[in-house]
Amino acid sequence: MDFELSEEQRLLKDSVERLVADRYDFSARQRFMQKPTGFSRELWRQYAELGLLGLPFSEKDGGIGGGAVETMIVMEAFGRALALEPYFATIVLAGGFLRLGASAAVRSSLIPQIVSGDLLLAFAHAERQSRYDLADVATTARKDGSGYVIDGAKTLVIHGDCADKLVVSARLAGGQRERSGLGLFLLDAGAAGVTRRPYPTVDGLRAAEMTFAGVRVGADAAIGESGKAWELITKVVDAAIAALAAEAVGAMTTMHELTVEYLKTRKQFGVPIGAFQVLQHRAADMLIALEQARSMCLLATMMADEPDVVERRKAIAATKVQIGRSGRFVGQQAIQLHGGIGMTMEHKVGHYFKRVSIIDTLFGDADHHLAELARVGGLIAAA
Amino acid sequence: MDLRFTPEENAFRDEVRAFLRTALPDPIRRKMVAGRRLSKEDLVSWQRILNAKGWAVSHWPVEWGGTGWSPVREYIYREELQQAPAPDPLPFGVNMVGPVIIAFGSEAQKRQFLPRIANLDDWWCQGFSEPGAGSDLASLRTAARRDGDHYVVSGQKTWTTLAQHADWIFCLVRTDPAAKKQEGISFLLIDMKTPGITVRPITTIDGGKEVNEVFFDDVRVPLENRVGAENKGWDYAKFLLGNERTGIARVGVSKARLRRLKEIAALERLGDKPLIEDDRFRMKIAALEVELKALEMTQLRVVAAERRNCNRPDPKSSILKIKGSEIQQAVSELLMEAIGPYALPDHAPHEQDERWNEPPVGPDWVAGLAAQYFNMRKVSIYGGSNEIQKNIIAKAILGL
Repeated sequence: MDFELSEEQRLLKDSVERLVADRYDFSARQRFMQKPTGFSRELWRQYAELGLLGLPFSEKDGGIGGGAVETMIVMEAFGRALALEPYFATIVLAGGFLRLGASAAVRSSLIPQIVSGDLLLAFAHAERQSRYDLADVATTARKDGSGYVIDGAKTLVIHGDCADKLVVSARLAGGQRERSGLGLFLLDAGAAGVTRRPYPTVDGLRAAEMTFAGVRVGADAAIGESGKAWELITKVVDAAIAALAAEAVGAMTTMHELTVEYLKTRKQFGVPIGAFQVLQHRAADMLIALEQARSMCLLATMMADEPDVVERRKAIAATKVQIGRSGRFVGQQAIQLHGGIGMTMEHKVGHYFKRVSIIDTLFGDADHHLAELARVGGLIAAA
Repeated sequence: MDLRFTPEENAFRDEVRAFLRTALPDPIRRKMVAGRRLSKEDLVSWQRILNAKGWAVSHWPVEWGGTGWSPVREYIYREELQQAPAPDPLPFGVNMVGPVIIAFGSEAQKRQFLPRIANLDDWWCQGFSEPGAGSDLASLRTAARRDGDHYVVSGQKTWTTLAQHADWIFCLVRTDPAAKKQEGISFLLIDMKTPGITVRPITTIDGGKEVNEVFFDDVRVPLENRVGAENKGWDYAKFLLGNERTGIARVGVSKARLRRLKEIAALERLGDKPLIEDDRFRMKIAALEVELKALEMTQLRVVAAERRNCNRPDPKSSILKIKGSEIQQAVSELLMEAIGPYALPDHAPHEQDERWNEPPVGPDWVAGLAAQYFNMRKVSIYGGSNEIQKNIIAKAILGL
């Protein structure tokens, strides 16, 4: 039982924190948001130079061979900076599918391009009707000769606007909500039959709606075993939830620091408002919520690669519950304690609040995961 | 970073578990599971079993009977003890006055008291709170004036837990009424048999007689029963209050009670199915399990930090106290909800009555659960109320 980072991990943490501290002040972020891509290509190249884009990929594939702890370190720092770059979409999500499901040939051709910062990816999975059910896929993949034809529509594709390639889920067999019969396909975002409608999201990022009309792909586009994508999807999404937990903890940490600082500097009735006990206790409650979230983020990180799938999924669900609830409390109180200035787009606290609020809605909110956890019997066995 | 315990630590957990399985007397285990009160004899016999094993004062220095365990082993031991569920060793001696005597007491005090604390030969109680000194403990007024080689103590203590069984009481008393309030306090050890001491029980909302008022009417206490220096008692009291970190969150207790809750919810029925299959109820349980898991992880982080920082108190222990008490209360709430209308019968009047032999009202798992819910309201009040803990967090961690 050990919560310490290794020497290499500490160095990684220092360097990524230094980079975002130097380059990601509030006005820089505002500038990046105005760019056509909605993020900084130049910083993306710097992430590549620092090795961040290769972190989770194996050395054999051209990566660094890091694990969930390294991803946590980066995502927490990005959460503190509210980084806009498509690290989560490209490296954690779509990269996760390549890493764990793609053939050696695909890995050796694509992963080096990801690591160098030349290739952006997105995971096109959610559909209008699916809400938080990962198995609810109506998009179809029909066998056609040696390849497949994909038809359907995907929604809320995070960073789908800028992705060069897409990992698309589609149904090969079975009913619309069945866990069996699912497939994953890698295709060019510009392939014939793919349309996309990009738009900004409320947390300052970008996403896209997508349609796939008779999109033809070769047999080599399939990721993993045909019809058995469920295990891979849940494994990658669980790791993604652990990464989002780290981002949320980073954002909550900053919100809490901003709030405590504000309590010390803002004066009313002739004193800093932090002299009032009601606000001191609120700040203490925020810290408790934050520390509980941090604890669960550590649990999720250390359970992300747990071989016992039932235990892994329980730990991840419990983490998403805690992150959702803590995030909502810390975020709402951060705005409340800042008062009027917290309501404005001119102050950064509101931007953090919005991102943390959205993290709750990604891959299942607190209630969704709580119901799921309750359905499988909870965390503790009955006497 | 690694969640796993070492093979040695896991073997240690197995050893503790195996010991508890055979050593914990079944009647005590059954009372613990049902949430019923333990008698003095229960607590004494259990602590003597632990002491015979060498585990009653596990966290004390080895020379006074401690085990020399690492913080992780101490954590494992506490967790297994609580989950068994077995009673903790009597805290007033083992966790409170014992460590104070070890840190600040004279050699004679150590020799006289420590072995008897370990074996529960002396039952200790805590004389801190007074009617006018609760959260503002330093405003206490019980006075000790010097008379030759004695102090003469007059005043009143309250909320004195289990004073009815006590052989000794450790007291904060005012020895310098002219000094600033924290600077005129001394720490005295007082024999409960001394003339002038009266104990009056207070019945609490659960029907229990756990706490008492203790009156001191010109009670003569030898000077050698003062711990440490005169007027330095406040420092020792702060040491005592900041001392209990391991187990303060009572994660093991809440785990055992959640297990019991699930068992009861499987027996209780709601319409045509067990209560445990009701979505609303099982989501309430799951929500508590998430909170408890987070608390367990927070506690492990504190234990790990303790290992690195050579046992310095961590202000995060206030977080453990707050969350731990909230969860204990929430579990007791759900236990009472689970039995629904059978919260009604009052089991307190015959709880201690050996002659009572009528059958209980309702199913046999309901007795004691309403009382436990009422009783658990205390955990966010004692040991520094949760509001005081938040003051500590605001000051010590946030710098507000």
